[in-house]
Amino acid sequence: MTRNTIATLLVAALLTACGGSEHAASTHPVGPTGGSMKGDFGPPQGEPVHAVLTSPPLVPPATNRTQPAKVIVELEVIEVEKPISEGVTYTFWTFGGTVPGSFIRVRQGDTVEFHLKNHPGSKMPHNIDLHGVTGPGGGAASSFTAPGHASQFTFKALNQGLYVYHCATAPVGMHVANGMYGLILVEPPEGLPPVDKEFYVMQGDFYTVGKYREKGHQAFDMQKAIDENASYVLFNGAEGALTGPQALKANTGQHVRMFIGNGGPNLVSSFHVIGEIFDKVQYEGGTHFQENVQTTLIPAGGAATVEFHLEVPGNYVLVDHSIFRAFNKGAVAILEVSGGPRADIYSGKQLDEMYLSDKLADPAPVATAVQASASGTLTKEQQVKSGEVLFKGTCSACHQDTGAGIPNVFPPLAKSDFLLADRKRAIGIVLNGLTGPVNVNGAHFNSVMPPMSQLNDDEVANILTFALNSWGNNGGQVSAKEVTEIRATTKRAEGAAH
Amino acid sequence: MKRAHNLMAALAMGVCALAAQAEVVSVPIAGGPFESVLPPAANIKVTMVAPFRLDATVVSNADFAEFLGKHPEWRRDRVAGLFADEGYLRHWASAASPGAAIAQQPATQVSWFAASAYCEARGARLPRWYEWEFAAAASATRPDARKDPAWLQEILDWYSKSARGPLPVVGASPPNYFGVRDLHGVVWEWVEDAGSMMVSDDSREQGDPDRNRFCGTGALSFEQKDNYAMMMRIAMLSSMKAAYSSSSMGFRCARDAAVGR
Repeated sequence: MTRNTIATLLVAALLTACGGSEHAASTHPVGPTGGSMKGDFGPPQGEPVHAVLTSPPLVPPATNRTQPAKVIVELEVIEVEKPISEGVTYTFWTFGGTVPGSFIRVRQGDTVEFHLKNHPGSKMPHNIDLHGVTGPGGGAASSFTAPGHASQFTFKALNQGLYVYHCATAPVGMHVANGMYGLILVEPPEGLPPVDKEFYVMQGDFYTVGKYREKGHQAFDMQKAIDENASYVLFNGAEGALTGPQALKANTGQHVRMFIGNGGPNLVSSFHVIGEIFDKVQYEGGTHFQENVQTTLIPAGGAATVEFHLEVPGNYVLVDHSIFRAFNKGAVAILEVSGGPRADIYSGKQLDEMYLSDKLADPAPVATAVQASASGTLTKEQQVKSGEVLFKGTCSACHQDTGAGIPNVFPPLAKSDFLLADRKRAIGIVLNGLTGPVNVNGAHFNSVMPPMSQLNDDEVANILTFALNSWGNNGGQVSAKEVTEIRATTKRAEGAAH
Repeated sequence: MKRAHNLMAALAMGVCALAAQAEVVSVPIAGGPFESVLPPAANIKVTMVAPFRLDATVVSNADFAEFLGKHPEWRRDRVAGLFADEGYLRHWASAASPGAAIAQQPATQVSWFAASAYCEARGARLPRWYEWEFAAAASATRPDARKDPAWLQEILDWYSKSARGPLPVVGASPPNYFGVRDLHGVVWEWVEDAGSMMVSDDSREQGDPDRNRFCGTGALSFEQKDNYAMMMRIAMLSSMKAAYSSSSMGFRCARDAAVGR
């Protein structure tokens, strides 16, 4: 069947579907919703409505209207200095004081009277381009507003969908990079199916003169922005905006809908929720949906509506699966799901045993040490031999077989002043992990070692005894008893796991 | 008592005015061919800047208070509504005096009309955009440092600071190549031809549509796309009408080289 034939059939089918009404006279190939041609439901009815605007991650309630209304939106532009990461501040330019800006919710066919106010304390003029507007510039030219002034323009929301809005004042990239974007939802006339929870999350990339997490106030770096070399990639404008106490919260058995936008300015998002599968994705913020999706692509200046049902309790991590952005640039958010365990769906860890890869010539010393420890005859030599085997399986990937580590990434253990200075601290680190800056032999490291929670006290003691007596180290012996004591008196970092 | 108070104020102002007057220094700038961020027409990249003199510093609140003493029609309680909006000098302690705290800070929240009147009273005028841009292209050591990324970033840093903090006092920044101070990192500045800088309100149109919107300037489109600092100045100026005022918009005066000192 040729493409032309298909097109002809499609048009024929549509004409039939329209029942031969007057409107069907047009042969414009529209989809089931009819697009903007079918989005005008006539003049607004009733008294004007003031739109409820919400700050992220909250979403305004459904409009619950069956008639087109006149909706008044009042949005204020404010330039604010806020943390972008711990100990790092940035001057954000915002719609409504937050990044992303306030969420706007209207119904298809509504007439929106838009008031853009630019705070008198602003340094810059600003405007707004709403992708949900039909008209040149999306409102940008009509809303160009000096500090201490307000502009007004009106549009009819002809197309349903989830749309990005953003500032378009020169230099537009910088205004967007400073956080000037948000979402407007144009509900279909019948509204969206009810769900238990709705969230508003928006990704953006940021460009600072200092590198990622460099402390102090950071200025915008134009060259990095032009090079598309982001310092931060963030959900809702700050590292930690949606983690810890600010995590999104829901319960098992609930149906969740997330309105996900991507403000850019540069990067396209590979949006993914670790441990969940999107039951439904309205990709590109449009009308059609895909089911059973792992990762959905969200273009800069685009959006998607994702929905999923929650079965298993725990933390679900929202990431940009262009994964270095999650690990090294901050693109992480948490959905905290409470509820009873569902071992029938997900068991949790059922088994953890030694897997001895070909890296290990001979597991015998480990068995010998286990026996000796049980009978109370364990010698230092047995510990070192057993520790060597365990070290190769557990530690050498980072610290290397030579104990030399990797410069700037993984600290050395060989002749390490940090290791040899404090045996108890070393035990604690193996048990509980270590995050953040350390100084080893005069070199600076800032990385993450996960807790080695899979090792028992004997194994930790043997590994450390091996490390303390290898590569020129001359550091004595660690006993299982010491490890037991430290395990009992220290606390593993919350949420950390190997 | 009241009279004594007024007398004190007048005396204090007189002292300020003397001090301020002594500081008004204008420096000669030779001008010459210049490539503006905003070229005069589509095919003309280079414009000629005639020799001119430019104030070394922006006008301070004390300077402006002195002007109001002689021209009280520009006080905030007497100014015609056509020439100034509601924000005009609203941050001053009184209609006649800024108050000691901000006396030496740049005069802001001044309309284009009022700024023009001030300069006229001094036998000067506001600088034209190309003059201002010409002078502001200089770093401390070079007349045109616009290709120096480090210098551009230094200027850009100002935009990364919130406008809420107090302004620095006038003349606090080091002089540039021409001996002019405060061109960057202090305030926006009115220019004489601000009203004709009609770049598109929607920065993404490039040259194309609506040429009829303004006389012959439809071709106005940004050159030097990495000169964000200048773009933002132009965006700010084009968002302001002549009666508008803003807490970060100040001014300085200029004159043709042939006239006066």
